Amino acid sequence: MRVLVRDGLFSDTDPPALLGSHCLHCGSTLFPRTDTCAYCATEGPEAVELSRAGTLWAWTAVTAPPPGYTGDVPYGVGVVELPEGVRVIGRLTESDPAALSAGQPMELRVVLLHQDADGNDVVTYAFAPTPASASASAAATAAESDRVGS
Amino acid sequence: MHPFGRFDGVSTTDMGTAAVRAALAEAGVGKGGFQAAFCGTAYGGVATGHKVLSRLGMTGMPILDVEAGCASGGAALMLAAGAIRAGQYATVLVFGTEKMPKGIIRSSFFDPWQEEAGLAATPSFFALRAQRLCLTSCVTKDHLARVVVKNRRHGTANPDAMFQKETSVEEVLASRVVCEPLHLFMLCSPNEGAAALVLRRDDLPSTSGVASVTLAAAVLRSHLPGSVLSESTPLSGLTDDSVPAPTTLAATAAYEEAGVGPGDLDVVECQDTDAARELLSCEELGLCEPGGSAALLDSGATELGGRLPVNPSGGLLSKGEPLGASALGQVVELVHQLRGECGPRQVEGARTALSHTVGRGANAGVVILTR
Repeated sequence: MRVLVRDGLFSDTDPPALLGSHCLHCGSTLFPRTDTCAYCATEGPEAVELSRAGTLWAWTAVTAPPPGYTGDVPYGVGVVELPEGVRVIGRLTESDPAALSAGQPMELRVVLLHQDADGNDVVTYAFAPTPASASASAAATAAESDRVGS
Repeated sequence: MHPFGRFDGVSTTDMGTAAVRAALAEAGVGKGGFQAAFCGTAYGGVATGHKVLSRLGMTGMPILDVEAGCASGGAALMLAAGAIRAGQYATVLVFGTEKMPKGIIRSSFFDPWQEEAGLAATPSFFALRAQRLCLTSCVTKDHLARVVVKNRRHGTANPDAMFQKETSVEEVLASRVVCEPLHLFMLCSPNEGAAALVLRRDDLPSTSGVASVTLAAAVLRSHLPGSVLSESTPLSGLTDDSVPAPTTLAATAAYEEAGVGPGDLDVVECQDTDAARELLSCEELGLCEPGGSAALLDSGATELGGRLPVNPSGGLLSKGEPLGASALGQVVELVHQLRGECGPRQVEGARTALSHTVGRGANAGVVILTR
């Protein structure tokens, strides 16, 4: 069986979607879904599905398993900016920081984390480079990592 | 102070007792000499402060444990100062003691699913912040390495530091990558230690033989929502970059309370959990313009002997970080700096000093001392 790492975080559909909220008072978009706007404290924001595509804003890779994590390393973690004015933290399907670049188009996926004790496949949301951007970014990345790194 | 490091077989209570005993002796205060005690700790467990004062045979007064993540000690100091200002007490003991689990900090702050999904790795958040600093300013990986080299050089003169050996840019960059762009040597070690001080109403005569230092401000602030990379570690934030950081909120209030500005400071101890955090702290505290931290480091101003030495104690990169004790460790360092007692790491003629901690919560604490 396939189980979500956390119910209510995303819909495991094709295509998948992050489940967020939109505040009718201040217009902010919130993730995860909430019953009170974190920005203006107005109750009852409307439930929305967030955009599936965005751009990469920050990224890294975790090279050693942190406490409580039993999946593979290294794995990518990053921040993707969505058109509704929200930045979301999530896993990345790319675990090599040098293969990614700022502003690169990314899209939402659902990925396998590990199998739990009952043999269920535990899945979570993640962002992947869009197929077109993955190859195009390789050249840009070289210049970028030169500036950030070494 | 109880030194910061790893001390097998020494308990949280043992370290707290040693630090409190030393502070009381230095202040010339004995049993019955203080009316309240505030103890900063994050991992100490129930009644950490009571255990220390029970050991010393000094109980009966209110004893409060204070948890505010990395700023726990700063929070304890703020509460103590507020109580004295309100006329509730004349003399208060403030201390912090901590024995951190080894390795990446495991925090009850995160939901279990975040750990399971790999979204609770503290260094990854530091790394994302470091990368944004590099992408949006002149900071390079070389700058990050040089922050470590500077602080470790300062730490060679601090007998209470965990690391008292110099390092080099080459050695820092050769240490393993934890989370790009951060290498192992660019991250401070969670560890163990304790620090304590005595706070007295300013119109009371000194009971010690040494010059008193004035607590001009002790401010704690939490975060405003909006920054996805805030120490509050949310899962989302806004694309609006104008939300002030908790450090800026605390610093602004502290400067106002103390009646000084960043230009008046002679020495600073700031949060350098990772090398980029020191640079960001300098910007958020107003020690330089936003985006100006690389130039500030390049100028040599933040080195011992420079215009405004930052982390002359060696910082957390040399001392390690025992959460409940780290903020008070900074304050103890600055008290000694303002008294001119720091030997080879002394900032000559220092009269105005600032300490800063920021972390989980988010919590940011800023303390300003003058003499």
